[in-house]
Amino acid sequence: MEGRRTSHWWTVWGVLILAWAMFPLLWMVSLAFKSPETFRAGTPSFFPDEWTWENFQTVFDDELFTSALRNSFGIAIIATVLAVVVAMFAAYAIARLEFPGKRLLLSMALAIAMFPQAALVGPLFNMWRGLGIYDTWLGLIIPYLTFALPLSIWTMSAFFRQIPWEMEQAAQVDGATPWQAFRRVIVPLAAPGVFTTAILTFFFCWNEFLFAISLTSTDRARTVPAALSFFTGQSQFQSPVTAIMAASVVVTIPIVILVLVFQRRIVAGLTSGAVKG
Amino acid sequence: MADITLQNVVKRYGDGFPAVNDVSLDIADGEFMILVGPSGCGKSTLLRMIVGLEDITEGEVTIAGERVNEKAPKDRNLAMVFQNYALYPHLTVFENIAFPLRLRHQPDEEVRRKVEEAAETLELTEHLDRRPSNLSGGQRQRVAMGRAIVRDASAFLFDEPLSNLDAKLRGQMRTEILRLQRRLGITTVYVTHDQVEAMTLGDRVALLRRGELQQVAAPRALYEEPVNMFVAGFIGSPPMNFLPAVVEGGELRLPVVGFRPPDDVLARVGDRSRVMVGLRPERFTTVTGDGAGPDDVEFEAEVDVVEWLGNEQYAYLPYDEPEGADTTLEELERDLDSERLRSQLVVALDPADAIASGDRIRLRFDPRSMHVFDVETGENLTLGVG
Repeated sequence: MEGRRTSHWWTVWGVLILAWAMFPLLWMVSLAFKSPETFRAGTPSFFPDEWTWENFQTVFDDELFTSALRNSFGIAIIATVLAVVVAMFAAYAIARLEFPGKRLLLSMALAIAMFPQAALVGPLFNMWRGLGIYDTWLGLIIPYLTFALPLSIWTMSAFFRQIPWEMEQAAQVDGATPWQAFRRVIVPLAAPGVFTTAILTFFFCWNEFLFAISLTSTDRARTVPAALSFFTGQSQFQSPVTAIMAASVVVTIPIVILVLVFQRRIVAGLTSGAVKG
Repeated sequence: MADITLQNVVKRYGDGFPAVNDVSLDIADGEFMILVGPSGCGKSTLLRMIVGLEDITEGEVTIAGERVNEKAPKDRNLAMVFQNYALYPHLTVFENIAFPLRLRHQPDEEVRRKVEEAAETLELTEHLDRRPSNLSGGQRQRVAMGRAIVRDASAFLFDEPLSNLDAKLRGQMRTEILRLQRRLGITTVYVTHDQVEAMTLGDRVALLRRGELQQVAAPRALYEEPVNMFVAGFIGSPPMNFLPAVVEGGELRLPVVGFRPPDDVLARVGDRSRVMVGLRPERFTTVTGDGAGPDDVEFEAEVDVVEWLGNEQYAYLPYDEPEGADTTLEELERDLDSERLRSQLVVALDPADAIASGDRIRLRFDPRSMHVFDVETGENLTLGVG
C-alpha cells in the first residue's frame, strides 16, 4: 500500500511540473493563432475565439524572418557537423590514447565551456570587424564551435570509453587498419553518443541569442532568435506580439521534430550483446 | 597453415616488471598448443604478443619462418577468439562472420558462400539474420569462432574462450573446438587457466609461472613427469600431495610413515637431508587383506572428511607437519593461487569402500609412484627413475 501511495505522489508531482513547463509553450501557441486585433480584446481568453493562420502568413511574407530562418539552418547545421566531426576525433583520442597533457586538455575544455560568453562579445565584435568576418556566417560559426566543442568532446569521450577495447582489437586482428576499425566498428557503436552530441550542439546553435545579436547587423547572417527582436507588426500600429509568437512556433518545430526522430537513437544501449553481460 | 616460433620473448612493462620472461617455444604446423598457468602468469600477454596486440620488448616471433615483430595485427593473418567474444553488436551474425572478408573486399558471392559454409559447420545457419545481443552465450561463442574460420588464417588463437560459459556448455564447446581443430588441421594456440581444458585439448601444453616457461610437454608427460613442484601441483585435481620428508640413514621419514625408498631414488636424493615428496591422491589404495606389492609402503591414518561423488571418493587425512617445512609450500601455494588451509593428505579411494569420517584406515602406496622434489629449487629429482 505504501508503495502505491508513493507512486501516486510521483504522478501528481509529474503533472504539476509538466503543467508548469508547458504553460508558456501553450500560451505561445494560442497567441500565435490569435488575430493581431483580437489579442488586445476587452475580455481576454486563453484560447483564441477564432483560430487564424494570419500570423504565419505575416512572418513568412517577411524577408526578415525567411532570411533569418535560412541563416539559422545554415549556421546551425554547418557548426553542428564541424563540431561533431572534430569532437569525434578528439574524444576518441582522449578515450583511447595516453598522451602528455591529456588532463590539461580536458580541464581546459571544461574551462572554456564555463567561460562567460558575455565577456567575449566585445572583443569578438572588434576582432571580427578587423578581420572582415563581422556579420557573416563564418563569424557566428567560429564562436559556436568554440562553445559547442568542449561539451561535445566530454559527452563523446564518455561514450567511447564505454566501448570495450576488444572491439578495436578484434577488428584489427580481423584485418582492419586502425582507421577502418574506427569507422566500421567504433563509430557505429558510438552512434547514440554522436547523435546526442549533434542534437545538443544543434540546439545550442539554434537557440543562441547573444552572439547572434551582437555579431550581426543585417539579414546576411542574422539568425532567428536575433531576428525576432527586430520584428514589427504589419503596420507600425499593430502589435507584433502575435507575429513573434507565430515565428517562435515555427522555430520550435524543427527542435521538436529532431527530438522525436532521434529519441530512440539517443537512448544508449546499442553496445548490449557486444560482450557477455 | 604455419608454424609459430617464439625465441627468447620478453615483455616488460613501463615499471620494468617482466610479464613474460625469456620464453622460447616452437609450435609445429597444425599443432594444438595450450598455454596454461595461474592468473597473472603472462599466458594472455604471450598470446597477445603473437597476434600483435602487445609489443615485443625483446626476442623474436616468427610465423611460417617470417619475423613478425614489427608487423601490425592485420598483416599477421591470424584469427583470434576473445574471452568475451568481441562480436560487433551493430552487425548481424552474417555480417559479423563476413567482417574479415568484407575488409579484404571479397566479392559478395564468395562472401556469401564462405559465410554459409562456416555457419553450416557451426550450426548457425538459422541465426544468420539475428544480432549478437539476441544470442545465447554458446551461440555467441560459435559466432566468434565463425569469424575466425571463415578466413584462411595461418593460425587460430584462443584467449580463454570458454571461461564465460556455464559448466555444461563448456564441456560441449570444448569437444566442439577440438573436433573443429582436428578437421581443419590448423595451428592453434589456446590460452586457459583451466587444467581440464589444457589436458583434454592440447597436443602439447606449455605451463607458465610468473612469466617463465616451466615445462612444455604432452598432457600425459606433464602429469606423469612434472619437472618441478609447480608443474606437479598445478596439473591434477585434486592436486598432488606434498609431504615434507627428512632423510635419515637411508630412510625417508614422512609425517605419516617412514620407509626405505628404492635405491635409485635414494641415489637421486644424494646428501640432501630434507626433501619434498609428491604423491598423487589416486596412487593410494586401501589395504584389504593381502595383495601388496613387495615394495609397497603401508601406514595407518584417521579419516577426517570423506567426499563421496559416486564415481570417485576422496578422503582427507590430517597429519602433524614438522617445523620449518612450511615456507616452500607456502610459496608454492601462493603461485598456484590457492591457500594452504591445513596439512592434510588427500587420497582417492575406491567409491565402493564404505568409509566414514573418524575411521582409521590402512593405506598403501608404491614408492616408485612418488616424486621427490628438492626443497630449495622445487626441481623434480626422480625424473626418469623407475
